[in-house]
Amino acid sequence: MAIRERLSGNEAVAYAIKQVNPDVMPAFPITPSTEIPQYVANYIANNEIDTEFIHVESEHSAMSATIGASAAGARAITATSSCGMALMWEELYVAASNRLPIVLALVNRALSGPININADHSDSMGARDSGWIQIYAESNQEVYDNFIQAFPIAEDKRVHLPVMVCQDGFITSHGVENILLADDAEVQKFVGEYTPEHYLLNASEKMAVGPYAVSNYYMETKRAQRQAMINARAVILEVAARFEQMTGRKYGFFEEYRMEDAEYAVVIIGSAAGTCKAAVDEIRSTGKKVGLIKIRVFRPFPEEEIAKALSKVKAIAIMDRSEMFAATSGPLGAEVRAALYQAKNCVEVVNYFYGLGGRDITISDFKTVYSNLETIADTHTITDMYEYIGLRKEQTEEV
Amino acid sequence: MEKTTYNFKEVMSKPERLAPGHRMCAGCGGTITVRTVLRALEEGDKAVIGNATGCLEVSSFMYPYTAYEDSYIHNAFENAGATLSGVETAYHVLKKKGKIKDNFKFITFGGDGGTYDIGFQSLSGAMERGHDMVYVCYDNGAYMNTGTQRSSATPQYADTTTTPAGKVSAGKVQIRKDLAAIMAEHHIPYVGQSTFTSNFKDLYTKSQKAIYMPGAAFLNVMSPCPRGWGYESSEIMRICQLAVDTCYWPMFEVIEGRWLLNYEPKNKLPIEEFLRPQRRFKHLFQKENEDLIGKFQEEIDKRWEELRNKCN
Repeated sequence: MAIRERLSGNEAVAYAIKQVNPDVMPAFPITPSTEIPQYVANYIANNEIDTEFIHVESEHSAMSATIGASAAGARAITATSSCGMALMWEELYVAASNRLPIVLALVNRALSGPININADHSDSMGARDSGWIQIYAESNQEVYDNFIQAFPIAEDKRVHLPVMVCQDGFITSHGVENILLADDAEVQKFVGEYTPEHYLLNASEKMAVGPYAVSNYYMETKRAQRQAMINARAVILEVAARFEQMTGRKYGFFEEYRMEDAEYAVVIIGSAAGTCKAAVDEIRSTGKKVGLIKIRVFRPFPEEEIAKALSKVKAIAIMDRSEMFAATSGPLGAEVRAALYQAKNCVEVVNYFYGLGGRDITISDFKTVYSNLETIADTHTITDMYEYIGLRKEQTEEV
Repeated sequence: MEKTTYNFKEVMSKPERLAPGHRMCAGCGGTITVRTVLRALEEGDKAVIGNATGCLEVSSFMYPYTAYEDSYIHNAFENAGATLSGVETAYHVLKKKGKIKDNFKFITFGGDGGTYDIGFQSLSGAMERGHDMVYVCYDNGAYMNTGTQRSSATPQYADTTTTPAGKVSAGKVQIRKDLAAIMAEHHIPYVGQSTFTSNFKDLYTKSQKAIYMPGAAFLNVMSPCPRGWGYESSEIMRICQLAVDTCYWPMFEVIEGRWLLNYEPKNKLPIEEFLRPQRRFKHLFQKENEDLIGKFQEEIDKRWEELRNKCN
């Protein structure tokens, strides 16, 4: 039976950790993910879980020790944010290339500088090419649900890749919401016992991890990682179907909100989708056909599915919560436009940047976005292809 | 634990745990360190070997071949301490859960680059947390894998590719970091400093203690590099003997905070004896640099006195 609770996103992740009861968790505190290791330390202090916590001296060591534990045969997790994940960057690649099914709770926060502790996606988007599966959440419920699903995805023999479960710093990590929790036994049955095939501590089979691979071999390892990412598509959907059986909550690569007859669409990731949905509802009440696509799985990128979902709209606004300083699009903008191009869809597309360093975005901002889309579709003219939403008025590109 | 008698022949006839066929240079000190340390494992005991990126790693685990008879993990350059922390912690939790039955020991190797410098933080963290593991530094006094760049383990005045001796340079400016002492200040159960002596008893027995004393242990092993130091490969044992007889490389151990001097030369040789056979110190024997050998000697004497005081 589901348990009704009120939890913050960090509490929801910690609760899921308690239910999964992983073997090893090395972690280093960083705002806004700090609470997660704190809760876990409390569970350990009160003998509520079997997890061994490693009090590492940095995030680089957090991911290094997680890799060591995972390679040794343990179910290993960690949590971090922002600069913490930037410090892990080298190790993210090592984890993925060693095909270790690590689960990382990432509480998204802007990267320095200037130093800023609030939400944006620059940390995870910076790691989008590291070989990790990336799953994003709009609400605390989704954070909890995604975190539980991450284990069977990562550990599936067709996949064997690490998974990053992302949520927006402070917005969901610290915001308390109503949440439905599955009971412990159900979660434990869902994730199952972790039984790695090959691991360092297997007394009957010695193993060597982390070779030097010259040009003769390196490229094949990358192709194998690519195959795992391709395989992950089916596994993510299978796990989602199993999760739906357990909880009744349905998940896919992305959520389509009022897209059935939509003419104008926003594509977005994370908590701001909630605000956008409110705008969609208000605009829909005036008779205009607007909709929203909220990306849940960014790696692997659901290229064909996105293109299909956007095949009938007149104009699209792609909303990026991080810069990539191409002086053109943001990361989501680039991916979605590539998907449309592959589908030979020359629909009008505009790319917005919003919410960097925790800048608020409002229902009114989204109404402006939809109104702009209408104008763009009518006039086939885009005045600013890569506009920043909610910028202070005195701050323009001239200064 | 340590056997009361050391039988060189018996020890050397134990099965090798680093297989031949690896790609390390002939006469490499690092390889001798690895073989000697691993020989100290009791036959039948299982181990997971860790390794920082360096000569050893790229030469002993080149895909698809591994030279290790035990399970092995290399992660990156700066995190051998943290990586083996994770392995060791996994061992404890899986053992507690009854998922594994066998006993394992945990030994990681890093060069001075991966240990004194880029991996220093990771090493310090692992030692402070007290994982039941041994961190072995094979100290060859420079970044040899990338071609003899200076490290904080490089002795003063050494000619390296980033501290070349030249018209206005007499090699490395700074004195070397005393890593074994820094590790001892972590108050871990065991710290040992050693090198290769005639029958390898010192390094072998220290390895036994480091492996079998519960808790974190650190071994600092001077492991000469014929290419980087510039001496004939066949001369390695003489170089090591000169290092200990000049007190350049004292052999000591710190057991539960108690400092012990393991070797005191009957006649302490002048430092020139150690410097002269090595190309990296050749410039010190030019006329304009003759005062530098005196300065080198002063530093040696100062550190030797400090060590003797600690060992009283």
